[in-house]
Amino acid sequence: MTAPGGISVSARDLTRRFGDFVAVNRVTFDVRRGEVFGFLGPNGAGKSTTIRMLCGLLAPTAGEATVAGFDLRTQAESVKTRIGYMSQRFSLYEDLTVEENIDFFGGIYRIPSGRKRERKEWAIRMAGLSDHVRTRVAHLSGGWKQRLALGCAILHEPPILFLDEPTSGTDPISRRSFWDLIYSLSGGGTTVFLTTHHMDEAEYCDRLGLVYRGELVAMGSPRELKDGFPVERAEGIAPTLEDVFVSLVEGMDRAAGPVAEVRG
Amino acid sequence: MVERIRHMLVKEFLQLFRDRHMLRILILPPLLQILVFGYAVTTNVRNATTVVVDLDRTASSRDLLSRFFSSGHFRLVRETADFREAGELMNRGDAGVILHIAHGFEGALRSNRTGDLQVIVDGTDSNTASIVLSYAARITAEYSGGVRLLRMERHPVPFPGPPSVSIASRAWFNENLESRFTFLPGIIAFIVMLVTVMLTSMAVVREREIGTLEQILVTPITPAEYILGKTLPFALVGFGEILLVATVGVLWFDLPFRGSLLLLFISSGLFLSTALGIGLLISTVSRTQQQALLTMFLYFMPAVLLSGFLFPIANMPPAAQGLTYLNPLRYYLVILRGVFLKGVGVRVLWPQMAALLLLGVATLAVATRRFRKTLA
Repeated sequence: MTAPGGISVSARDLTRRFGDFVAVNRVTFDVRRGEVFGFLGPNGAGKSTTIRMLCGLLAPTAGEATVAGFDLRTQAESVKTRIGYMSQRFSLYEDLTVEENIDFFGGIYRIPSGRKRERKEWAIRMAGLSDHVRTRVAHLSGGWKQRLALGCAILHEPPILFLDEPTSGTDPISRRSFWDLIYSLSGGGTTVFLTTHHMDEAEYCDRLGLVYRGELVAMGSPRELKDGFPVERAEGIAPTLEDVFVSLVEGMDRAAGPVAEVRG
Repeated sequence: MVERIRHMLVKEFLQLFRDRHMLRILILPPLLQILVFGYAVTTNVRNATTVVVDLDRTASSRDLLSRFFSSGHFRLVRETADFREAGELMNRGDAGVILHIAHGFEGALRSNRTGDLQVIVDGTDSNTASIVLSYAARITAEYSGGVRLLRMERHPVPFPGPPSVSIASRAWFNENLESRFTFLPGIIAFIVMLVTVMLTSMAVVREREIGTLEQILVTPITPAEYILGKTLPFALVGFGEILLVATVGVLWFDLPFRGSLLLLFISSGLFLSTALGIGLLISTVSRTQQQALLTMFLYFMPAVLLSGFLFPIANMPPAAQGLTYLNPLRYYLVILRGVFLKGVGVRVLWPQMAALLLLGVATLAVATRRFRKTLA
């Protein structure tokens, strides 16, 4: 089920306001099939709001979006069978065991009984929890919870995966193996859309959107971003993503500054 | 649809039964409540603490007073000639009743005049006071009837005929006017309401708090499936509570059960739908479990007070009476008393059942609407 032109996620002027506050302001982008696309920006930039709109958890105030070729406004139910979503909270039932969590989400996703067993075993193996099938989730470490949450989110093998700050609160080793997993999913044709505020993590993405104050300020591969933007630094030193980001953000703040003063 | 709801049910019950604390809450307080209402809460007054101030000290005065204490309703705590001491005992709460007979009581009776007995009760507890006064009136009336007979023997007069009106009183449905039979069916209603409203609102709010609500909402589950999956388990728990309390009431406290079990279950189902709807509504206005709990008590107190359980609805001002029509508890109490004590059926109880159905549909519809809105 691929959208024409191999576009998995497409947003056009997507906007979300909360009262007077514009959390996401006319954001437009396309994510290609099988791509690892990252939304990079500080906290409060509108990353989570965007991902929540694309998952159907939040209605957009204006603009359009299609996910897996389905209109977010009119075909939300079709969208939901084709996406997986994991939030930074690794939302699992802590008082249930590993197995019970998997069984529950498998049941809610109505995985055909023929596939159920296989998917369950896959999720347990992937999360490295073969010896802890009957352990309550509350007793698991952050890294294990993260992988189990991911497993539960993709039991139904969705072609598109949304990850909201997926590596927050986990140690570097867990983070590393988590990325291996994401690459293998992406290699298998799964589109991955994730948000992060870690610069090093952003480097792993195929393509990045830099967001600040609800606006998409730049887009491209990490290489393109670093090459394409003139960064005022000593010559001969290659700019990092952080340099690119900071210079963009400072530019925006300078532009917004006088306005803020007039308002104040 | 059925498949998803089944998985929700399994999950809710796993969570419920894994939570030892919650299990205790489901079983102990209902038992405690039924014991309290079965044993401790009674409006029948026995052993009212009584001080006697008998200044006459004659056979007649002693005869009258002894009738009070042999009735079982009064218990002598002190006899004194000092009226101030009696007052002091009442101030301290050691006595609830003062029986005062002035000097010259027997003399008055002998000379065919009226003898005076002063009964003073502690009015701070108006309910007990009025019950005690009614006992006193009855005992005194019996005594004075006896005195009149004696007088007629001593001074025969033409037979005046029998008293013009005599009372033949009988209490139907509760022959001995046991107050626990009035209370026990009501306890079923309270426990079921408390448990189902609490479980429903807490379960939804908890999922919101830990983020699993969001996780479920990105799945293709429909709001109807989610709401059913979230309420059905607690409806079943509610039925379990009804069985528990009713069984203890009938087997332990000899609470009569004269109606139809089927009618009890159908009506309870209707009542449960209102409780579940209210639980869901509370979950839509609460972001944390504490908020849900507080909101629940905000609902619970007026619901109990305006149900007719403790205070008769007919005694309430018209505005409050109007409010009671919106209170599901009001109807369910009538049904419970009807089924347990009166043994009446649908022919009598259909208006209450219809009202519950209406309220149930309305609260569930509003709750579902609001619930969908909070999701978007």
